[in-house]
Amino acid sequence: MLKIHNLSVEIEGKQILEGFNLEVKPGEVHAIMGPNGSGKSTLASVLAGREEYEVTGGEVTFNGKDLLDLAPEERAGEGVFLAFQYPVEIPGVSMVNFLRTSVNAVREYRGLEPLSGGAFLKLMKKKKEILDIDSKLTKRAVNEGFSGGEKKKNEIFQMAMLEPSLSIMDETDSGLDIDALRIVSEAVNKLRNENNSFIVITHYQRLLDYIVPDFVHVLYNGKIVKSGTKELALELEEKGYDWIRNELTPVS
Amino acid sequence: MTNDTIINEVTQRKYKYGFVTDIEADQAPKGLNEDIIRFISAKKNEPEFMLEFRLKAYRQWLKMTEPTWAHVKYKPVDYQDIIYYSAPKQKPKLKSMDEVDPEIRRTFEKLGIPLEEQKILAGVAVDIVMDSVSIKTTYKEKLKEKGIIFCPISEAIHTHPELVKKYLGSVVPIADNYFTALNSAVFSDGSFVYIPKGVRCPMELSTYFRINEANTGQFERTLIIAEDSSYVSYLEGCTAPMRDENQLHAAVVELIALDNAEIKYSTVQNWYPGDENGEGGIFNFVTKRGICKGVNSKISWTQVETGSAITWKYPSVILKGDNSIGEFYSVAVTNGYQQADTGTKMLHLGNNTKSTIISKGISAGKSNNSYRGLVKVAKNAANARNFSQCDSLLIGDRCGAHTFPYIEAGNSTAMIEHEATTSKIGEDQIFYCNQRGIDTEKAVSLIVNGYCKEVLNKLPMEFAVEARKLLSISLEGSVG
Repeated sequence: MLKIHNLSVEIEGKQILEGFNLEVKPGEVHAIMGPNGSGKSTLASVLAGREEYEVTGGEVTFNGKDLLDLAPEERAGEGVFLAFQYPVEIPGVSMVNFLRTSVNAVREYRGLEPLSGGAFLKLMKKKKEILDIDSKLTKRAVNEGFSGGEKKKNEIFQMAMLEPSLSIMDETDSGLDIDALRIVSEAVNKLRNENNSFIVITHYQRLLDYIVPDFVHVLYNGKIVKSGTKELALELEEKGYDWIRNELTPVS
Repeated sequence: MTNDTIINEVTQRKYKYGFVTDIEADQAPKGLNEDIIRFISAKKNEPEFMLEFRLKAYRQWLKMTEPTWAHVKYKPVDYQDIIYYSAPKQKPKLKSMDEVDPEIRRTFEKLGIPLEEQKILAGVAVDIVMDSVSIKTTYKEKLKEKGIIFCPISEAIHTHPELVKKYLGSVVPIADNYFTALNSAVFSDGSFVYIPKGVRCPMELSTYFRINEANTGQFERTLIIAEDSSYVSYLEGCTAPMRDENQLHAAVVELIALDNAEIKYSTVQNWYPGDENGEGGIFNFVTKRGICKGVNSKISWTQVETGSAITWKYPSVILKGDNSIGEFYSVAVTNGYQQADTGTKMLHLGNNTKSTIISKGISAGKSNNSYRGLVKVAKNAANARNFSQCDSLLIGDRCGAHTFPYIEAGNSTAMIEHEATTSKIGEDQIFYCNQRGIDTEKAVSLIVNGYCKEVLNKLPMEFAVEARKLLSISLEGSVG
């Protein structure tokens, strides 16, 4: 599904990712962990198509298409979804209006008829029930005045509405208390199936107790330096990132 | 999206409603002098008092100079190079819609406002000003039953001279400013509305203005009188054909609300803003003023201004009656090389008067958008309240937003609040929308509509839909 080969990325002349490789197959959940500044959020932004990042080398294919060649909205149409670390507020635009515009834009990209008002509301009701989302949330303006937990929940709700094949969760656990973390994770677990994949970016192992990954990768200095299964996350939690640093520093 | 692409795309926008209808005109020679004024008055077969009114205004105008305080720049207007009277060829009186010139009907169809549909679906009586003469007034009979008068002002001059004589120029004096003097001298037509005591007008009254003849200045004159305990909602909306030369537009609108009366006046203005080089486009120098003459009366101005090369417009309210209320809700969009200097004046004269000002300016391209407002509380006006909120939204970094609020509180019991914000459409907001599959153009439209929501919600339903479309159209191409 997603193949990242030898990807190098700069921002304002500073090298962030260097020779990054990753392959994600349908139905897989990959966790990417790493210390601050290792390039985790850059990866998320580059995959979603943020312009300030400059790809200086490598390639990314998504279902056979050159992902880097597509505009952000086209990537969304192809089924790439980013759950933002800091979702922005759009004052005055109701969630219902925003989501309807979004869902129909993606449908249009895929050559589907737009959903009628009725059909859309029905879909929204269904998804809300699955995720146990407060119905007042959709009446409010996009993220305006939302608590940290509500914002993250709202990201997952949008994920549910758009049914992406690849979801990238950028530190979705940051700023969440234990209860909110559980609710958000349960929602994600409900959306998991054999066809869709997840890249879960996080600092902490805690999230992975709830969203159990198939693979765990450690990102350090712009590349994956260690990969393993969920046990790797536990080991990291126990030993800290210094363990990785020490392992990488050649004994002199 | 980078700023460079924004700038490059700015000039790509084309005016969507640019077309010219071909109708034979019956017009005055270019220029302005007393003979022309007599010609206009005679052409309209006006009573003596109107000719006097016009001549007085003309003589005033000669003594005045064009105002220069507004934050706009334009080449001087040659007032002798303008045709001050132009009327579509007179036809025998029309009995039904079918008799309206098919050319005119096609024009309105292009604009997506077919008359028939409006009549049937929206229940809106339409008084069309095509160039300077009203073509047709609909729904007159139904309104007549309630004693409501809704007709071209040229007609009211003949049928209700006492009302015209009493109120014309009573809110906006002839010599109020350069453009009101000019308008008073040469106005061709406009709407006249009279709502009798205790009557609630059962429908939104609506006028669509079109500017059509090449080189024809438009000088509409509108007069709305709401008697005690009456209510009326009036809609004014306009688009104009594409033009090479600047077209001057200097309208005057006067509203009078007596005891317990309420007037709601809504405008959607979408005149030709000029081409990609900023050439052409309408000069819109308008004076709109209402007086809350009676106790507990209320006047609301709601405007969505997207067009014109230059907008100079300050719909105001004189709060004379005790407990009267004045409101101003405005969205002003400028793109390309457009310049807008718009705002309001709230003059608190009575006791316990209240005013609210919500102004949303949106600037894109190389445009300049200024809010200019005055809140004045007279010495004897106790307990006046005002709340003003002036927000500016910038798209790109070549445009300007300016705020000029003036506050004069002459009474210590006055409470005046003013809030102002300036923000830029965030790339983060646009990217967020992009990531959800929404392209940048749609994203801007979504964000802008959200930003203007408070004002758009004040518009009557059918108008709000049109206004949203206009906002999107006028910002097309403003971002890459």
